[in-house]
Amino acid sequence: MSGLASQSYEMARRSILQTLRQPAMVLPPVLFPLILMGINVGGLAAATKIPGFPPVDSYLDFAIAFPFIQGSLFASINAGSAVARDVETGFLNRLALTPMQRSALLLGNLSGVMFVALLSSFIYLAVGFAAGLHFEAGPYGVVVMVLMGLLIALAFASLGSFIGLRTGSGEAVQGVFPLFFVFLFLSSSSLPRNVIEQDWFRTIATYNPVSYLFEGLRSLVIFGWQGKELALGFGIAGLIAVIGVWGSASALRTRLART
Amino acid sequence: MSLTASAGIEVEGLVREFKNGPRAVDGIELQVAPGEIYGFLGPNGAGKSTTVLMLTTLLPPTAGTARVAGYDILRDGPAVRGSIGAALQEAALDPLLTARDHMRLQTTLQGLPKKSRRARGDELIERVGLNDAADRKVGGYSGGMKRRLDLALALVHKPRVLFLDEPTTGLDPSSRADLWAEVSRLAREDGVTVFLTTQYLEEADVLADRVGIIDAGKIVAEGTPESLKAEIGRPSVEATPVERSDREAVADVLSRFGGVVPSPPGSAAVRLQSGEDLVSVVRALDAADLRVADLQLHQPSLDDVFLAKTGRKLDPVTEKPEEVAV
Repeated sequence: MSGLASQSYEMARRSILQTLRQPAMVLPPVLFPLILMGINVGGLAAATKIPGFPPVDSYLDFAIAFPFIQGSLFASINAGSAVARDVETGFLNRLALTPMQRSALLLGNLSGVMFVALLSSFIYLAVGFAAGLHFEAGPYGVVVMVLMGLLIALAFASLGSFIGLRTGSGEAVQGVFPLFFVFLFLSSSSLPRNVIEQDWFRTIATYNPVSYLFEGLRSLVIFGWQGKELALGFGIAGLIAVIGVWGSASALRTRLART
Repeated sequence: MSLTASAGIEVEGLVREFKNGPRAVDGIELQVAPGEIYGFLGPNGAGKSTTVLMLTTLLPPTAGTARVAGYDILRDGPAVRGSIGAALQEAALDPLLTARDHMRLQTTLQGLPKKSRRARGDELIERVGLNDAADRKVGGYSGGMKRRLDLALALVHKPRVLFLDEPTTGLDPSSRADLWAEVSRLAREDGVTVFLTTQYLEEADVLADRVGIIDAGKIVAEGTPESLKAEIGRPSVEATPVERSDREAVADVLSRFGGVVPSPPGSAAVRLQSGEDLVSVVRALDAADLRVADLQLHQPSLDDVFLAKTGRKLDPVTEKPEEVAV
């Protein structure tokens, strides 16, 4: 393996070990989204009868996108907290004294987070299929959903990393969490935009990029292959990822300033 | 031998100013010879850690320059880092990783060949006596174990110069002695140059070949512990009267035996002149009918050196913490 590859691999291994050795970092991203999905599926089942609601077998087809996004938000907090802890404990200084390439730290940390996101995706889908989930896009649609879920996890994790590196404070990362949740709920997470009655809510959901992440994911389940929804989903997730990775790289350059 | 071509340290007019703050390091000059243990002694906030951060290339100086292991800290950062090992003020370890995990990460990041990583890691773990705990998470380690692992990690790439920033702060006496033994062995047997900051006089006295005393960013004294103590000369006598109101009278009596030196509030102290001794002082106090609660004869120590050079005692507890924000 080249220097960058072996360094990134070791940093990713560390990130995965950190996560797996803290049940509190594994269970919430897996369980909470599933619990919330279960509550929504039970409580909002009648929403599928609202005129204009997409053609679904059950509300589960609509709601399966929710754990992917919420799990990604947890991933962002984990990624941000881990890197903030490295700043706080001085571990980053230890790394700065080695010939490690900066990108290895970023690649390693984000790979570790995405590995956990991948495992979470399999669990969400397994629970979904066990509950009767059906993909209009077929098996390839499942693969594309997982890929989009990973890109979304990368996007949010890179934002978390940026905040962690910029502030160097785990508390600051935790403090941003509620703000992320506002974006999550003021979107088309629970209802399609066209059936949201309140004008202000519909307007915010239309301008909220998170809506398009939901719509990209669920289009594979409900409608099959929809080019526009997929392009918007991948495009917005990719754009957030680019901004987050660029911001993290920039913050890391400042943090790892060496002569 | 030219220090620039060796494994020594050469510092010229090093300055570091922080925004809206005082000069943390104010034009220090020092030289450390290869294989020497240099003790950088001073209270918290004196500028020790800031100096270490600059010499390890983690913090650019505001002015001045330095060469470490023959490389300029400003122009040859990567070469400096390749030649040094550092255990900074806090043992920067990941509590969720084991000692072996740390070794694996460090040997990889330091670019050791894949075949030798495991062996080097095991060798160092053995050397610092962490074999039995090597597969336990570091979060459960004692302070001494963390410090030993920190030291082992700094040695992974066989550095020629080792920076230890207050390596024994907070350790129990036994752990402190273990660490001293290992640092001493590194210098004597492996020829590693050691730059050690400390706020413990005993540590500098026992471990260092030469000591630099830093206060408020400036080096106020430098030399071997013996030469610094010899500068102070004869022992001093410090007397604390039973009645605080007798302090002036006690000071008057003591002044017959030597020059006044600084002493804690409520006490008086003098540096004994040649020919005077403690017995004479006791007789004089008795003759003056002065009762003392405490009477001490001090052989010169590094504490006296610090007191003589700065006008105050080195008290790690009450000093303000050093600002090392980057």
